[in-house]
Amino acid sequence: MSSAGTSTEAGDPPFRILPRLTDKNRDFWTGGARGELRFRRCQDCTFYIHPPQPLCPMCHSKNLATETVSGKATLASYSINHQNWMPGPELPYVVAIVECVEQEGLRLTTNIVNCEHDALVVGMPVRVLFERHPDPEGDVYLPLFEPDASA
Amino acid sequence: MNANQIIERNACVTGVGQSDIGRRLGRDPFELTLDACLAAIEDAGLTVADIDGLSTYPGNFGPMGFSGAGAYQVIDALRLNVGWYDSGIETSGQLGSVIKACLAVAAGLANHVVCFRSVWEGSAQGDKGRAGVMPGGGGGGDEGGGGGSIKANDYMQWQLPFSAPSAAIWIAMFAQAHFSKYGTTREQLAWIALNARRNAALNPNAIYTDPMTLDDYMNVRMISTPFCLYDCDAPCDGGTAFVISRTDRAKDLRHPPLRFEAVGTAMRGRPSWDQFDDLSAMPNRDAAAQMWTRTDLKPSDMQMAQLYDGFSWITLSWLEALGFCDVGGGGPFIDGGANIAREGPLPLNTHGGQLSAGRLHGYGFLHEAAVQMWGLAGARQLERPPEVAAVAAGGGNTCGCMILTRD
Repeated sequence: MSSAGTSTEAGDPPFRILPRLTDKNRDFWTGGARGELRFRRCQDCTFYIHPPQPLCPMCHSKNLATETVSGKATLASYSINHQNWMPGPELPYVVAIVECVEQEGLRLTTNIVNCEHDALVVGMPVRVLFERHPDPEGDVYLPLFEPDASA
Repeated sequence: MNANQIIERNACVTGVGQSDIGRRLGRDPFELTLDACLAAIEDAGLTVADIDGLSTYPGNFGPMGFSGAGAYQVIDALRLNVGWYDSGIETSGQLGSVIKACLAVAAGLANHVVCFRSVWEGSAQGDKGRAGVMPGGGGGGDEGGGGGSIKANDYMQWQLPFSAPSAAIWIAMFAQAHFSKYGTTREQLAWIALNARRNAALNPNAIYTDPMTLDDYMNVRMISTPFCLYDCDAPCDGGTAFVISRTDRAKDLRHPPLRFEAVGTAMRGRPSWDQFDDLSAMPNRDAAAQMWTRTDLKPSDMQMAQLYDGFSWITLSWLEALGFCDVGGGGPFIDGGANIAREGPLPLNTHGGQLSAGRLHGYGFLHEAAVQMWGLAGARQLERPPEVAAVAAGGGNTCGCMILTRD
């Protein structure tokens, strides 16, 4: 289990275009129901694989399984978006690329929340939290990140 | 490298053409495409019957406005008899389509290939701006039309749920990584936009020609940090085309042939906007390095550079990748603008780039290189038409580059 919470805030989450759930991506997008950030991992060479693909890019094994990581990451880069492209979070909001501590290059595009914008620094420790989106095709939990004061 | 393997040297640019170009022309983009192709063929001193090959980027698909016509449409409309044809988006930048044409003529599959790229993003976006072609924005974005039930598939599922639908945001994160790693500043980056606008004032086809100052740049609204409005290119309508000929068929045509000295197509990292190994660089790093292994020329031999500026930072990145300055030194190199001005040692984006002359999506840079090298650039003609030039297009996960020489 991740030490992170399961929602960003009380109240309704902002409009998001949700991923279409498939057998390939469901583990990733629904792990937040248990507070878990999950990736596919090669059971032969232990490499974490993202985005999901049919075999390990390192050893080409198809012996893959879903595993939970700590949810701890570092901020690899970010942008404070001011442009109203489409319905979404209140402007301005922070889009970021984070790198999970488990493996070099294990990255996600995400949002940074619960952080003053002038406190954003590339390399800062962050941790996952989840934004729940009820959906008739299955609830989706977006992994967002916030500063990790414990790191 | 065995010189016999550098087969792009058997190919050259023999003609260039453009349609009408405007912010929102409201014209049939297929017509604009054909106008550009016919203009390029005539410019080469050829007829349609001489054209036996066709290459285009990206093909007839994509978000509204992204493509004016596909390969089949143009082959059919002009009743071309082709020995070789190709289109596609998964290639080494927009000019990857031109590089493929070089290889095709060098291999003898065709003698004269028409290459085209046309856009109608200005009209497609209409009065809603870029939001007009975003998913849910009322247009026909690449994940389907508006409405509450759209879902993100494939690669876009890793971007859209985080409200990151635009390359402006994706490239902004590359730029921020560069700013954070090397200390690059907005005051430095501004000079890509200021240089472009200054050059556009001399280009009658440019979209934006009003003078721009550093204060204007620093005070305009932000789009996605560190990018402000003036770091983003100007969507427009228009088509650009070239004729690429094998050298033995180029001798007695209208213009002195512009030979491809070397091209670069490499990508030695993950083809992704957020998974590339170095977020402060792009695969232009690899394409440029490969190109220099195929020529004895050096960056200091280049008399001009036409480098993609879909977003201003991409040009800075190409300057570094191509070795015009140190990696990380792009900010100080462009600061003040003297190094890249039309009077300076490396005239850059002399037509105004996509930032001011319009988002013709890669092809505008090769067009500008050709007209400058032929001495046909009108009011913006460099005092001495360049004999050697570097041209590059693409950013994010798609990058290609080339050196042109005029014998």
